[in-house]
Amino acid sequence: MIKTLAKSVRGFKTATLLTLLFIMGEVFIEVLIPTTTADLINIVKAGAALDQVLKAGLVLIGMAMVSLCCGTLAGYTCANASAGFARNLRRDIFVRVQSFSFENIDKFSTASLVTRLTTDVGNVQMAFMMVIRTAIRAPLMFTFAIIMAYRMAGRLAMTFVIVVPVLVIGLLLIARHAMPAFRAVFRKYDRMNESIEENVRAMRVVKGFAREDYEKEKFATASHNICLDFTKAERLVALNNPLMQLCVYFNMVFVLLVGAQIVVSSGGTVIDVGQIQAMLTYGMQILMSLMMISMIYVMLTMSIESMKRICEVLNEESSLSNPPEPVTEVKDGSIDFDHVSFKYAKTAAKYALEDIDLHIPSGSTVGILGGTGVGKSSLVQLIPRLYDVTEGSVKVGGVDVRDYDMDALRGSVAVVLQKNELFSGTIKENLRWGNPQATDEELTEACRLAQADEFVRSFPDGYDSWIEQGGTNVSGGQKQRLCIARALLKKPKILILDDSTSAVDTKTDALIRAGFRSYIPETTKIIIAQRVASVEDADLILVMDNGRISAMGSHEELMQSSEIYREIYQQQTKGGAQDEE
Amino acid sequence: MKNKKPMPGPGSFAAVKRTVGLFFQFYPVLAPLAVLCVLFSSVVSSIPSLFVQNVIQIIEKWYVSRDWAAARVELMPVIALLIGLYVLSIIAITVQTQLMAYMTQGFLDKMRQKMFNGMQDLPIKYFDSHKHGDIMSHYTNDIDTLRMLVSQTIPSLIQCGAIILVVLSIMLYFSVWMTLVLFVGVFFMFLVVRKFGGGSAKYFMRQQKSVAATEGFAQEMMNGQKVVKVFCHEEASIEAFDKVNDALFEDSRRAHAYANILGPINNNIGNILYVAMALVGGVILLTGFPNLSISGKAFGIDILIPFLGMAKQFTGNVNTLSQQVNSIVMAGAGASRVFALIDQQPEADNGYVTLVNAKLDEDGNVTETDERTGRWAWRHPHQADGTVTYTPLRGDVRMVDVDFAYEEGKEVLHGVTVYAEPGQKVAFVGATGAGKTTITNLINRFYDIDDGKIRYDGINVNKIRKSDLRRSLGLVLQDTNLFTGTVMENIRYGRLEASDEDCRAAAKLAGADDFITRLPEGYNTMLANNGANLSQGQRQLLAIARAAVADPPVMILDEATSSIDTRTEAIVQRGMDKLMEGRTVFVIAHRLSTVMNSDVIMVLDHGRIIERGSHEKMIAEKGTYYQLYTGAFELE
Repeated sequence: MIKTLAKSVRGFKTATLLTLLFIMGEVFIEVLIPTTTADLINIVKAGAALDQVLKAGLVLIGMAMVSLCCGTLAGYTCANASAGFARNLRRDIFVRVQSFSFENIDKFSTASLVTRLTTDVGNVQMAFMMVIRTAIRAPLMFTFAIIMAYRMAGRLAMTFVIVVPVLVIGLLLIARHAMPAFRAVFRKYDRMNESIEENVRAMRVVKGFAREDYEKEKFATASHNICLDFTKAERLVALNNPLMQLCVYFNMVFVLLVGAQIVVSSGGTVIDVGQIQAMLTYGMQILMSLMMISMIYVMLTMSIESMKRICEVLNEESSLSNPPEPVTEVKDGSIDFDHVSFKYAKTAAKYALEDIDLHIPSGSTVGILGGTGVGKSSLVQLIPRLYDVTEGSVKVGGVDVRDYDMDALRGSVAVVLQKNELFSGTIKENLRWGNPQATDEELTEACRLAQADEFVRSFPDGYDSWIEQGGTNVSGGQKQRLCIARALLKKPKILILDDSTSAVDTKTDALIRAGFRSYIPETTKIIIAQRVASVEDADLILVMDNGRISAMGSHEELMQSSEIYREIYQQQTKGGAQDEE
Repeated sequence: MKNKKPMPGPGSFAAVKRTVGLFFQFYPVLAPLAVLCVLFSSVVSSIPSLFVQNVIQIIEKWYVSRDWAAARVELMPVIALLIGLYVLSIIAITVQTQLMAYMTQGFLDKMRQKMFNGMQDLPIKYFDSHKHGDIMSHYTNDIDTLRMLVSQTIPSLIQCGAIILVVLSIMLYFSVWMTLVLFVGVFFMFLVVRKFGGGSAKYFMRQQKSVAATEGFAQEMMNGQKVVKVFCHEEASIEAFDKVNDALFEDSRRAHAYANILGPINNNIGNILYVAMALVGGVILLTGFPNLSISGKAFGIDILIPFLGMAKQFTGNVNTLSQQVNSIVMAGAGASRVFALIDQQPEADNGYVTLVNAKLDEDGNVTETDERTGRWAWRHPHQADGTVTYTPLRGDVRMVDVDFAYEEGKEVLHGVTVYAEPGQKVAFVGATGAGKTTITNLINRFYDIDDGKIRYDGINVNKIRKSDLRRSLGLVLQDTNLFTGTVMENIRYGRLEASDEDCRAAAKLAGADDFITRLPEGYNTMLANNGANLSQGQRQLLAIARAAVADPPVMILDEATSSIDTRTEAIVQRGMDKLMEGRTVFVIAHRLSTVMNSDVIMVLDHGRIIERGSHEKMIAEKGTYYQLYTGAFELE
């Protein structure tokens, strides 16, 4: 896990190393300061001349200046390194998601991906900053301070032999008991927040059934339980504070008492009062560094969940990859399904498509009918290799889709997805997704073909009109037509419309299809529809049922041969059920 | 630090005050006790300097003669006193930290419940006009700032404040001159805090915005990830992402840099100050400059040394204090948002007509009873003469000339009149935004009408107690919302006192029994995440069963828009039909196929009913309904 994440440090390695270096410098000075201060005190105490005091003072000020520089620089490089690490991490996650195949995309919800990109990366950034600032500082300060204390005060430093093990063992015991308690209660806490979210989302149900009091009771129990668990864990951690104080106090008393004895009985030759003061400072430094180490431990354990979630994305391999020597040109728009079977997950029991054998000549129009969930979308999504077949093969232009460079293949196969999206930006910007180099004339032409030109022009800003996120400011039918125009701009060899005119009225729908016939005759067109009228005039109509093609042929043939088709046709032409939207 | 939204408004400080006030109100004994403990331990931790001074005096006295035995006699009482104080202080700290752990969590629990309970009583309008993410952040981010405030900021303010005051008095006690030197240093520290603390706050605010921008961009792109794929738009979207991401990096880098630098600078000002004071002290010692102090003591090495220690302690605490300023600002903003939720006006309910179980005697008179009879009546007390009348619940709903606007000035319903007699099925069709859902929102009083009348069994709905009104109206919504819990619990949500048998019967009626019994643990199967382990159709069936177990005389059905597989759709349709039998039903239809057998169909357009009548009648009239029906008309 650490290895995966560490890759994202990249360009900020220098900043990270510099931080460590500066902090080492800072620590080094920081532990020298008490000794130097002790000298200063002793000089003052001895009643030395002012120039001596001044000299010692200047040394100390110089040290403070160096420490200040190191500290400031460390703070700066550390901020750079951690913010940069976070930036790279976000970028890596985003780039990884871009490489996802449809199968990978299905696996993660948008919300969970966004949380990883923001909250989780934020947590890791804080942990990273903490680690590079203190991971080296604390042990270094601990070691230096101990060494300095012994060198300076010898026997007096015995205090640490007693204090340090007490604190270490105490902190360890507390952390060992508190951490599992915290992890458990955090999970409960997450669940409680989920249930609040559930309540907010379902407020109409709550109020509709007049269940406000019931919900209050339910929440009170959950919240109180969490309160009890948290209190237990927090009370354990709260022991840290008195433990630390105990050590500080012990150090104080020990140093004063034993120090006084040494100073008095040696007449100030072994150590002097300055050293006593310095020992108190070293004591603080040593105890603080132990405290910091325990804090790093806590911080790391807390951010481990975030790290795991991020790694889950970073380690997710795209289920599709380009072949070693890909074919980069799609010859024509012919499509061949050779005994294709397909299921979404290897473990799934049920095939979404079973033994599809289908050959579509370039330039023909194919209509597909059938209820929801019978495999229409699955079938067409195999053509631009959005998923890989489980058995058999799909060929486009006579070449297996798995042998193409994916960009080249998808450049030639335009799909208007059922769940389609427009993005925030102008209409022009949205259309240019299809072809970034398209001229204004080409945009207009595509829109005219998709019957979108007219309403686009009716907007005050025409083609420069702003589309809101998700295309919420255009109607469903308008959105669908813009999506078709966007696909047309690719000048594809194969055009697939997956139920893309369901919100368009029948008249406009017919005009769009007529446009296809006269303007892009050599493009293979595959149209999935609910309405028979949308596919009636296709060269070939497939009726799908339960993952199979149950009937296939022209309108006339199917009227003769397929009972399902006849039923749908009759139901719809005598004015039967139509989707309203 | 990441979730910081510094918005120090004028109410911010008041909110902090109110939070602290509430804290003391919740713990009128324990909270002051904790404060006493904090004060005591702070005082104890700031007086070692006095002892150090004492000890050094003793050392000074005996160290020329090197007479430890004599020194020890003088030293021991001082040390014993110190140990005694320390023992007390450790006790105080233990009590204080344990109390704080206990009270903080208790306080948060109480605040959460206050928020949640208040929230349950808010009108639907609140939920319609606030993003769910924003509401949620009150429970996560904002509550968290409160935790910081009560568990860390306030105690450390008290502690630092106390230490600073005690140390300051001790210093003045020893020497005024030296204290003045200290003040010069502290002044510089304040300058630093203002410069860097201010910069840090500014960039943290910008960081907050950049995070939101990045989040928004990622949200949109990942939502349309499949479109990105089919257009091979990956490179372009990475490029666009880099832009927002780099902006975030810049802000985050600056914000943290300022914050990180603050500590070392102040720390070393402390160090330099230390030297400065040693020098000044040295000069005073050497020149014999007259000391000015409360104690009137002459300045000596026994004063200078502890003084230096105190200076460190003083600057250290000023440093800590200055770092709390940020978290007070944050807590103020968080607390004002929490209180904004708590202070929301609850849904008004002046209804006094209640729903009671009813018994009919032979003469057809309605009497009230406690047991569930399957019959209901409206209990209508009359204030004028103190009498009570009972009206049997029949399910007759009439709306007359109703106008309604969600926002003032933007009327969305104009003069809508709908009559539904008991047992009738009334369907609404029309484009998204035509006002179908709005009408049903008015019947169960999720919103109140601006003008016109709504009568339920002849009673003005405003007179009916809201919970009773809603109890009499079953609800199956477009988006099915299930709760975490078992299938059985979810069905029972419709009527809490329903037996397992009742729930099963309702499931059978809805056509849900079949799939439920095939679930791994049948009715005891746990549902989580809004029933994510069920299909869309199955969840709808559960929602129908939930409404069926309530067995209300009037139903409001908002049909699901999303398509489900044909077989399940047929089962759902059958369940709906079963549910509608013998009830007054309002259906919001998205498929014309489901409304054909309604008694009345209302075609809505821009908040007006433009056509009404039966399916046959309107087909014959060849109006809008006919055009919709034949698909010649785009509804949206």
